[in-house]
Amino acid sequence: MVDMTYHNGVVTARLGGEIDHHIAPAIRGEIDARCETYRPARLVLDFRRVGFMDSSGIGLVMGRYRMISLLGGRLEVVNIPPNLKKIFVLSGLENLGVIK
Amino acid sequence: MNIVNSMKLSFISKSANESFARSAVAAFLLPLDPTVAEIADVKTAVSEAVTNAIVHAYPDTFGTVYIEVKLTDTGRAVIRIRDKGVGIADIEQAMEPLYTTSTDERAGLGFAVMQSFMDKVTVRSAVGKGTTVTLEKNIIRAAYGSR
Repeated sequence: MVDMTYHNGVVTARLGGEIDHHIAPAIRGEIDARCETYRPARLVLDFRRVGFMDSSGIGLVMGRYRMISLLGGRLEVVNIPPNLKKIFVLSGLENLGVIK
Repeated sequence: MNIVNSMKLSFISKSANESFARSAVAAFLLPLDPTVAEIADVKTAVSEAVTNAIVHAYPDTFGTVYIEVKLTDTGRAVIRIRDKGVGIADIEQAMEPLYTTSTDERAGLGFAVMQSFMDKVTVRSAVGKGTTVTLEKNIIRAAYGSR
């Protein structure tokens, strides 16, 4: 569901499987707990292994953007698979400048 | 336009069933020979509608979510997602992008996703009686009736 690593001020969360309203709260809890512990300068959300995502995934990204901003860090979203591009474009998240 | 195949399913409004619901609908469409992108579009739209029913229609209780899918001989999938929950007082407002009544980090994009990913979205609702969302999409390469 989510593998987390911390290295040199960067928390990387490698997401996997299907992200929906059922699973999103657990992912959110793990990421937020890790960020509160390490106070990273950067949180990286890696979507490479995500096979499906609905707007709950967009809510997850928006919420992590707020969370990490409050902690003084910044967010990066990387490796969005082709099949998830459409929902990311629709969300307007590109305007936040977090998608790498 | 004739109905060449149909199915119905119903399940309790538990969030664990969101995955089951979108996968079941996607599986039923496979004889239409959809593309990977079309299947992803349908799964996403169904997931949004089912999540709305689970989160908003039955906010403090469990109810039943009903799904009916009809396939036409012109290759059109008509997916009806119905609940007997609280209903929507102002459908226009509910369908506005970013509008949400939820405090649980919902993006407020459910209807925007449905409209973007499907050819047609129809919402009917009555307060206290429930909501029906109808999602339609043409999957035109292989008309079902020819098989």
